[in-house]
Formats: sequence, structure tokens, C-alpha cells
Amino acid sequence: MQPIEQQLRQFVINNFLFGQGGDQLSNHDSFLEKGIVDSTGVLELVAFLEDQYRIKIEDEELIPANLDSIDSLIRFIEKKAQRTP
Amino acid sequence: MQLEQFLERSAGRFPEKIALVCGDRRLTYREIEEQCNRLAHGLIASGVQRGDRVAVYLDNSVEAALSIFAALKAGAVFLMINPTTKTEKLAYILNNCRATVLITHAKKLDALKDGLQQMPHLRNVIVAGTMIKAVESGAKRFVSLNDLLIEHDTSVGVPAKRCIDIDLAALIYTSGSTGNPKGVMMTHLNMVTAARSITQYLENTHDDIILSALPLSFDYGLYQVLMGFLAGATVILEPSFAYPQVILERLSSENVTGFPLVPTMAAILLQMKGLSPGRFPRLRYITNTAAALPPSHIERLRGLFPATRIYSMYGLTECKRVSYLPPDQLAIRPSSVGKAIPNTEVYIVDERGGRVGSGTVGELVVRGAHVMKGYWEKPEETDRVLKPGPLPGEKVLYTGDLFRMDGEGYLYFVGRKDDIIKTRGEKVSPKEVEAVLYTLSEVKEAAVVGVEDPILGQAIKAVLVLADGAALSERDVMRHCAARLEDFMVPKSVEFRSSLPKTTTGKISKRELGLPTGGR
Repeated sequence: MQPIEQQLRQFVINNFLFGQGGDQLSNHDSFLEKGIVDSTGVLELVAFLEDQYRIKIEDEELIPANLDSIDSLIRFIEKKAQRTP
Repeated sequence: MQLEQFLERSAGRFPEKIALVCGDRRLTYREIEEQCNRLAHGLIASGVQRGDRVAVYLDNSVEAALSIFAALKAGAVFLMINPTTKTEKLAYILNNCRATVLITHAKKLDALKDGLQQMPHLRNVIVAGTMIKAVESGAKRFVSLNDLLIEHDTSVGVPAKRCIDIDLAALIYTSGSTGNPKGVMMTHLNMVTAARSITQYLENTHDDIILSALPLSFDYGLYQVLMGFLAGATVILEPSFAYPQVILERLSSENVTGFPLVPTMAAILLQMKGLSPGRFPRLRYITNTAAALPPSHIERLRGLFPATRIYSMYGLTECKRVSYLPPDQLAIRPSSVGKAIPNTEVYIVDERGGRVGSGTVGELVVRGAHVMKGYWEKPEETDRVLKPGPLPGEKVLYTGDLFRMDGEGYLYFVGRKDDIIKTRGEKVSPKEVEAVLYTLSEVKEAAVVGVEDPILGQAIKAVLVLADGAALSERDVMRHCAARLEDFMVPKSVEFRSSLPKTTTGKISKRELGLPTGGR
């Protein structure tokens, strides 16, 4: 497992699944459809990403395509990291 | 008038107008009316009788809206269940009201499988989304919602009316003070009265486009559809407020005119950095209820939405809505929730039930045709809140909320008589959460309180004393709760103490926990 994927999975499992059920969470599962995050969950997730990866997330980027699964998070962070040298 | 006639009349007046938008689906009034008629005929053919309870356990969706009006057209009583409800509580609610039909989505079936066996009254499970084929399992019949629509595609006519307006239209379950939820009984007359009153002061017309991200299980969300259909407006349902950027895009692209909020949503919007004033010139009104907006948030909302009227409102499920503050009063008395809504009377009473004058704090009493019929099969709890009114046989609603009135008749919320928590706009009875905590054998004592939170209003906190030698982490406790309670009821924090303060009678004293309770 890549480090980013591992860190993201760990954060989601610890904070939204309370440490259990990680084996049932696949990387393409929609957090919304699975009922894993709500509006305050998204705020916590964004705070974690900004802090952990030293990125700044703009309002326009707060969309499901960027944030709603482990896969989309990985893509989003990699894209952001390329832009911030 | 009956509630489903909101749809039937608008379908007659504006058949080709868009009534409902969900995701990329757009349905006209004619389409909704026809599909509801088919589904209603399907329900009747499956044996639904006048007054039977039909439970709807779906996300905000086209199917959820169809289910409401189809159930009504079939003469049934509908109940909307929060889609994050766990199976155990779902079973409690369905058994409590002996629902015979459950309408849900295929993706929920897996989690439901075992629980369905604990619901003996349930005969039909109607499944939205993809289902392979109809099956019988035990005494239950599973049928696809789409199949029902196809099977009854010739029955587009309105089913013959089976009810009168003092029959029940809906049960709305709220967190109960004894630990179990209770069903608020609303008749057609109750709901028609409330919807007419609210659309009157909001001045809704068929030109309105209303966007709602509130769950339909929350009466505030449900009424957006009811009132939109009453006015012949367009209703846009969003499944969640989790991605506010998506909502804001939608507000622009759909030229939304009406936007209902709770304080948590307003707080999230105000956190967004790139929101510029005047971006939504078509937005005619924003409404807020469930808890008061902090004056600083009102100020900032007014700055961001200069062309928009902001309505502060107050209500409770037991009568839907009580009061609203006319927008022109917002700058003058920002902390007031206004005056009684049209066709409603309110007054404040002391402990003995005598009316008090302005400036004195007492319990708010509500009188009107929108006051519920009681809690489903809970006569004692009903008697505690519905008490004799001025006319023989009449009942008025004791809200349990403490208020004062100023010299001009405007209402100010002071506090609750009980310890109900308001979080994210939803009422949570601490007892319901404590009951779940006590199912942990490690827990010796539990106190659940609401603590001040800038986004949630109040955040749920559990304070626990563990049994001797027992070990439990905060995460263990949250996981246990998350498996049994709806999202908004799960404690946001857990604190362990060696003992809890007690009153002289030996009860846990939450006041002496020393926690800032917030709320308003």
C-alpha cells in the first residue's frame, strides 16, 4: 500500500468508522453513499488534508469528485502536490 | 382538503411545469402525478387499507417524494425514516406503529436482511433501485418499485378518496424523553393548515424554485416538498449538505428563490472563503429554524445575501411551526423568533397555567388547527403536552420551551424545561443516547449533555463512570453508539470520570458537571 493511501485509510477508519470495519471499506466506496461522512465530517477531512499534506484547499475544490472516496482523495492530493513544489 | 391534493391541484394547473429535480432527473407535475397514481394503485392492490402505515426509508430522492404522495393517495399514513437509522431502531419504529409496507432502496437491503425478521407486521417491502426480481421471503413480499409502476401503467387516474381531512396523514417520529422515539400524529387538516400558513408568510408562488438539502424525515425538510407542491413551485432535493460547494453551484444554475437552512448549514456557509456578496441575486428568501442563528451570523448572512429576505422561525414537530420574525424586524430584534404564524395563537403561562404578561418568563402554549393529535399510542406522554384549551374538547400544545414576550408581542426563546439537546438542528433526547450507553456492560453511570459548539449549536458529549476494573476507550464508545444511533445522535466526545455529581435524591445532576451547555 502506498503511504498516502495508508494514511488516508487510517484517518477515515479512525475518525469516521471509529477504528473498525476498515476491511469492508474499498478505495472506490463513496463516503456519502456509505453514510461515512456528513457535513461536519467533510470539514474534519479538509482540516486533516490541509494539515497533513501542507496544501490549501479552495472552496471550489470541495466537491465529491475530489473528496468522496479514498481513490478520489489520492488523485486530488497527488494533483495538488504537483502544483505546490 | 387532503394533503395529496396539493399535488393533484398543481398537476391540474401546471401539468408541464418542472415539479421536482433530484440529481439529473427532472419531473413535471404531470409525470409525478401519474407515477404517484400508479404507485398508489399498486399499494391498494397489495392490500393497503385506509389508515395503514407506510414507512419510507430512503434518501432524498424522486422515489421518496413519490412514496409520500402515493401513500396518501392510497389513504395510508406515511412515515419518513431518517436514512441513517440503524436496523434496531427501524424495527422499533415499524413495530411501534405496526407498519405494513416499507419502501426502501436496494442498496439498503443487505443491512436490513436480518432485521426484517423482527418486523412481524410488515407484509410488503417495495424496493427502489435495481432488484433482480420479486421474491417472497417468509410472510413478506418483496417487489420492485419500478415493476409496480409498470404493472399499473394503465391506472393513471386518481384513486377514489378513502379519507377525510381529520384522518391521519403522517406520523413523524421524534426523540422521546423516555429513551424511545415517539410518533407525532398529524392529520391532513394539521398539515394542510401548517403548509398554508407558512406559504402565506413566505409569499410562495408557482414562480418559486426551492432548494432543500434537509432530510425528508425532518419535518422542516418534508414541508419543503409539501409547500412547494402546494404553491406549484419547483423543488430541488439534494441528498446532503456535505459538499456545500455543490449546493451553491446549484443555487446559481437553477436560479433558486427559496433556501431553507438550519444554523449548522449557515455556519458552514459562512466558513467558506470564496463566497462573495450578491452572488445569488435571484434568491428571494432564506429561512432558518431549529435553533436561533447567532446575531453575528445573521449580520454576515445579510452581508452575503443583500437581496435576500432572511426569516428567523421557531417551531416543533408537534405543531410544525409556531412563529416567524418578519424580515424587516431582523435588524431591530435579531434575537427574537417573532410572532405567531398566520391562523395561530400563542401565549405564555406560569407553572399553574395562568397567562403571564410581557417580560415574564413562562412556558409557551400554542393554539391552532395545526396542533398534533398526540403521540401514537402514548396517552400519558400526550396528556403531558396536550391540555384543555379555551373551547370544550379543545386541546392546546404545551411546548416545554420557556419564552418571554416583549411589549410589542415578539417572542424570545429562553430555554427548555427539560434537558433535550439541539444539535445540527435536530432534537436529541439524552435518555435515548444514555439508554444505548447503558447497554455497554462496562458503563456504570452515564450522563449525556449538549455542550457549546460553533458549528453544531450543541455537540453531544457523554460523561461516563466505568464499572470497577473495566476499560473502554472514547473510540469504543463512539463505535458502539454509531452502530445503534443515527449519525447526529452519536456523541462527539466522551469523558471518563471517577464519579458523577448527584442531587439530594440520588439522581445524576447534569448541571453540576461543570460543562458549558451552549444552545441558546
